[in-house]
Amino acid sequence: MKGKKRRESVSTTILAKVPVVEPGHTPATVTDQISSVVLTRTPKWWYAAFGASFLLVLLLMQAVTKLLVEGTGIWGLNVPVGWGFAIINFVWWIGIGHAGTLISAILLLLRQPWRTSINRFAEAMTLFAVACAGLFPLIHVGRPWLAYWLLPIPNTMDMWPQFRSPLIWDVFAVSTYATASLLFWYVGLIPDLATLRDRSISRVRKVVYGFFAMGWRGSARHWHNYESAYLLLAGLATPLVVSVHTIVSFDFAIGQIPGWHATIFPPYFVAGAIFAGFAMVITLAVPLRVIFRLQDFITLRHIQSMAKVMLATGLIVAYGYLTEIFMAFYSGNQYEEFMLLNRIQGPYRYHWYALLLCNVLAPQLMWIKRARTSPLIVFVVAMFVNVGMWLERFVIVVTSLHRDFMPSSWGMYHGTYWDWATFIGTIGLFLSLLFLFIRFLPMISMFEMRTILPESEDSQA
Amino acid sequence: MSTTSTAKKRLLGTRGREFWRSLEELADDPEFEQVLHREFPEQAAVWPEGVDRRRFLQLTSASLALAGLAGCTRQPPEKIVPYVNQPEELIPGQPLYFASAFELDGYANGILVESHMGRPTKIEGNPDHPASLGATDLFAQAAILSVYDPDRSQAVRHLNRIRTWRAFVDDTRRGLNALNALGGARLRILTGPVTSPTLAAKLDEVLATYPQARWHQYSAAGRHSGSSGSRMAFGMEVATRYDFRQAKVVLSLDADFLNTGAAAVRYARDFMGGRQIRSVADSMNRLYVAEMTPSGTGAAADHRLPVPAGAFDQFTAALASALGIPEFSPPELDERLLSWVRVVARDLEAHRGACAVIAGAYCSPAVHALVHILNDRLGNNGRTVLHSDPIEARPVDQLQDLQTLVRDMSAGEVDALVVLAVNPVFDAPADLDFAAAMMKVSRRIHLGLHDDETAELCHWHVPQAHDLESWGDARAFDGTVTLRQPLIDPLYGGKCPLELLQLLLGDDGLSNREILERFWQQTASSTMSVAAWRKAVHDGFIRDSQKPPRAIETRPDAAAEVAVGLSATTDAAITVVFRPDPTIYDGRFANNGWLQECPKPLSKLTWDNAAIVGPALAARMGVANEQMVRLELEDRALELPIWIQPGQADRTLTLHLGHGRSRAGRVGTDTGFNAYSVRTSTALWRAPGARVTPLATTYPLATTQLHHNIAPVNLEGEEAEKRHLVRIASLETFRHHPEFAKHAGHAPTADVSLYPPYEYNGYAWGLSVDLGACTGCNACVLACQSENNIAVVGKDQVQMGREMHWIRIDRYFAGDLDDPQIHHQPVMCMHCEQAPCEVVCPVAATTHSSEGLNEMTYNRCVGTRYCSNNCPYKVRRFNFLKYSDYETPVLSLMRNPDVTVRFRGVMEKCTYCVQRINHARITAEKENRKISDGEIVTACQQVCPSEAIVFGDLNDPESEAVRRKSSSLDYGILEELSTKPRTTYLARVQNPNSALEAEKKA
Repeated sequence: MKGKKRRESVSTTILAKVPVVEPGHTPATVTDQISSVVLTRTPKWWYAAFGASFLLVLLLMQAVTKLLVEGTGIWGLNVPVGWGFAIINFVWWIGIGHAGTLISAILLLLRQPWRTSINRFAEAMTLFAVACAGLFPLIHVGRPWLAYWLLPIPNTMDMWPQFRSPLIWDVFAVSTYATASLLFWYVGLIPDLATLRDRSISRVRKVVYGFFAMGWRGSARHWHNYESAYLLLAGLATPLVVSVHTIVSFDFAIGQIPGWHATIFPPYFVAGAIFAGFAMVITLAVPLRVIFRLQDFITLRHIQSMAKVMLATGLIVAYGYLTEIFMAFYSGNQYEEFMLLNRIQGPYRYHWYALLLCNVLAPQLMWIKRARTSPLIVFVVAMFVNVGMWLERFVIVVTSLHRDFMPSSWGMYHGTYWDWATFIGTIGLFLSLLFLFIRFLPMISMFEMRTILPESEDSQA
Repeated sequence: MSTTSTAKKRLLGTRGREFWRSLEELADDPEFEQVLHREFPEQAAVWPEGVDRRRFLQLTSASLALAGLAGCTRQPPEKIVPYVNQPEELIPGQPLYFASAFELDGYANGILVESHMGRPTKIEGNPDHPASLGATDLFAQAAILSVYDPDRSQAVRHLNRIRTWRAFVDDTRRGLNALNALGGARLRILTGPVTSPTLAAKLDEVLATYPQARWHQYSAAGRHSGSSGSRMAFGMEVATRYDFRQAKVVLSLDADFLNTGAAAVRYARDFMGGRQIRSVADSMNRLYVAEMTPSGTGAAADHRLPVPAGAFDQFTAALASALGIPEFSPPELDERLLSWVRVVARDLEAHRGACAVIAGAYCSPAVHALVHILNDRLGNNGRTVLHSDPIEARPVDQLQDLQTLVRDMSAGEVDALVVLAVNPVFDAPADLDFAAAMMKVSRRIHLGLHDDETAELCHWHVPQAHDLESWGDARAFDGTVTLRQPLIDPLYGGKCPLELLQLLLGDDGLSNREILERFWQQTASSTMSVAAWRKAVHDGFIRDSQKPPRAIETRPDAAAEVAVGLSATTDAAITVVFRPDPTIYDGRFANNGWLQECPKPLSKLTWDNAAIVGPALAARMGVANEQMVRLELEDRALELPIWIQPGQADRTLTLHLGHGRSRAGRVGTDTGFNAYSVRTSTALWRAPGARVTPLATTYPLATTQLHHNIAPVNLEGEEAEKRHLVRIASLETFRHHPEFAKHAGHAPTADVSLYPPYEYNGYAWGLSVDLGACTGCNACVLACQSENNIAVVGKDQVQMGREMHWIRIDRYFAGDLDDPQIHHQPVMCMHCEQAPCEVVCPVAATTHSSEGLNEMTYNRCVGTRYCSNNCPYKVRRFNFLKYSDYETPVLSLMRNPDVTVRFRGVMEKCTYCVQRINHARITAEKENRKISDGEIVTACQQVCPSEAIVFGDLNDPESEAVRRKSSSLDYGILEELSTKPRTTYLARVQNPNSALEAEKKA
């Protein structure tokens, strides 16, 4: 009882004491500092970093070209294991893509002011992650040039998609999510684009930023319409946070493979997605705040809050693992039992052990305040979670498939060079887009930051 | 040279099937090859060791360049024009069937060949032929691919340069005439075993023309022991055949009579006919098998006993002693073996005249002789065992015959050697050094399907016409004269042996058809009317031409000789057992991709052979699967990988012949390891005293079941048992619990589905597989491959688990791995009533038909593979790469025009031969009637020698399928998933001897 009380008091004091913006900032300094990242000369390291990422994009292009020329067979897939890296990566990226909308929409509706300094690049990250994710369903099919048959396009064959298939639901869920995220991000950018337009010196920039700023002048009327639109979009985006990964989880839950066919999957996947998303936001935020000296805006309080969300969702995920184990034995279903024993003792057992280490053990460090307030430790734990969540999808996809109902058809799956090339290539794509983003767009929402300064009306209210 | 240009160049240079699958392979660059080799094998490093910048850019640009090179398959423009004068009976789209013959080592099986517009596309058994009764073995099925093999020799060659047939004729005739002038050409002709009356007559003519000529016969997998054994027992050559319909108890001494040999197809039918259990009132025969290396027959046995190869002869002596033959005394053997023998002997004696003992083709001659004596004593002669005059035209001791030839050649006493359709340079015993002896002959002529090892060392090589391209005849196992008619003109202008011999006689004007007709209508003792000849050609064989059974007694002193002749060892050292390969036989089918990729029964190995040892021996030697070992036999050594085979007898190492060919063609060259290199004339089938040294290296083997490790074998077997995939009971249990098969599973009773049930007002197709009848012979796998244009994928793809067979034969081992129960289970698509695949396909490419079929629409498939993931039976196959060969023109002739050739990126699976269903439907609709039962036979059903598979309309209460499915033995696998499979199984009922059962428990 005593301990609990103390913890509560600690957290309230932290919330009270640690501001979301370090003291000494005025609206002008906020705007100056954030916009300067975009408006000053491109630093040399940016070229190096972007160049390195772009090399990986080239690798991705090479891998995809080879895939289109030769076929899915360049990957390690086979008959018991019909899905491999492509689906693992798809789910992994989609999961990462969850934090953005969650931070922007749900935290906005919940009036969490600390979200402001991270929502912009979290949203950007979401978009880029969804772009990476969206690539995989397209290329993983045997005949990618016909992938559009999954869309309900009226056609002369008079054929519709088969609506009972979760893959069709996926198409709708992911495309809706991508559209909503893009809109939400873009609408959020409009006032800042106007700021950049006004502050740009070069003609080209003025025109480009001006075009996308859609004639924003900052009139009260503009602000009024803008606020309602933004709130409405937040309201629209909120259910999507839950729906997308729920539907992605149906890809597995609707199937009847032991290890897939479980009702826990939707909540477990959503929690896992938020877990993974926050881990990725931390992975990006910690280096960015150092590089661009944004410690004033992305404060320890942010790091801490995100660490807590990561811990909480990590516990839900761990609970999911426990439930899986319990249900396998409680069900009395021999296939489920075998699936679980095979996870623990089978040829892929080390993946499972590593998964537990990364997703269950590592986040427990976040209980400790000193760990949670050290950006380095939080970063390392987030890296563990990034790896762990990838392993989780590997365990779900591959370990379940490789030994299912017919012992005669059991097999093994190993990623090939091209599997890895494609995966690493998408990381390159993600990073490249991210570097372009931080170079050309304000990575922190300037106008929203201004509203949470101590002197602003909002924050006083 | 850059990667791209090399690649292009090589592509231009290809004539036929090239199993290339990536740029690196195509570019033939050793450095790239390294990357490639590391790319796929399991657990290999995933990263190539340093792709440098240049290489990276090369690869990138090559990818782009090749997109244009290989990305599209352009169809050549074709004109479709109608016949001006349509040939009689030739209707486009309507296949014709012709009776013909398939020969292996001289013995024929009657076949019917399906011909589409003059192209043979599929082989079926000839239902009237006594050796076939409508079924075939796997070799006959694969013959279609051999006909169209693009690697077949296509030109007459002299010293490896292309010459004309005329040049060959002139040169040969000039040469032989010159020799004849000098007092007779010392001509030698080497053939395989000959049963063909026409060929034998022609050979006799040649021998008469050239008084100094000799004719030799040798086949590497020939019936060497059987022939010596019969001379030992009877004092003369006797052909023995069995009538298993009469046998209540059968003892096989290492005989795989259900799966191998000239009579296997017939034997399987007869034997399995005697154990068709549908209800408790049925009775069944009993099979005991004692064998050195596990076989399909062993798996089908009621009692199977692994007997070490070194002790096998003494084991048979124990049997003779137990049956009270005074010349034999009980040897010193393991008590387990002896007590088994005693029980079996009692059972045999209790069924005098209604039992049969059969010796394996590769047992020693003494064992064969002993079996003749035993059958004689057991009163089986004339009932279950039938003796007759020899089937072969001139039976010889083949080994001796070959030795004579080699001796003469070495001594320089041979002027000319004609090798007719055999490959002795590859397959003669190693100690004879056939090649060196042959090189002393100044005129060497080879006739063969391929430009093979022997062709390479001959002066002249003449391409042989395939059996399906030429006329001929041969006798079946019972002597029935089987006529072979061609289905197509020789694709590559080959000649058949008859024509070549005709040439030696100085007359090349006669076609092989004329030679054959002349022989049967004029030369043969009973002259035949033209009408009778035509009837025989139509039927495919001459009726009542089998050799009549004769009462032949064993010699009185045979037993004493056999007792001495049996090897006295009960050897403790490792004995090597040589066997023809279960799929590529003695190596002649090495270039046949279907056979190479066909999983060998029990081991499920493809594309390779291995040193097969039992788990106990492997443990003692400390070797693991795929580990290389050095096998030494006297002064010869062979390095090859280990394969651990449950059920293999202890101290016995099995080597399959036929692999390791150096000149087979693009498919067969350098697959596996050449077992002939350690096989000597003193130990053709069994070589004692082998030394095995484990090496540190490993060699990857490709299997379709069980990957790399022996441990999962146990797990697989246990899980298969827990999941009740294979359901078995003894006859006694079945009689007490007729519903045992139903009770083993948990089929859902109610219609638990969100969707309304389908209605079937017309037909509702279904299939039943009798597990008790399956011998795992693989004929169905090959038949399906041929019928449904299934692609060959290559060893690396099999290693990755991507074989394409629509029907597979699952095998499970249960119990002690050194003496396990072995079960076969053919698995094809279940055509589930509530199919898990149908629900998850996003584009409706796999759907339910109005007749209950689960149909795959290739054109609609985008290849998500979700259906395969969700299929609990894992019967779906995916074209991960472009497996179908679109480039080799000759292969497009081979394909079944009624079945789509699948492109890369689409899913495929068993269709229940929907093309045959539709064919029957069209015929029935034209005649305004329903399709009658038995009118549609699936390819697997048609070929099955033991009638394990039955297809039919489940809406027709009179159909055979419904009759089977109404048996209490009928069950579906994984029914608890509520898939409601339409393919169901009849549980296997065994007939164990309670005396042995009791002993096992004790």
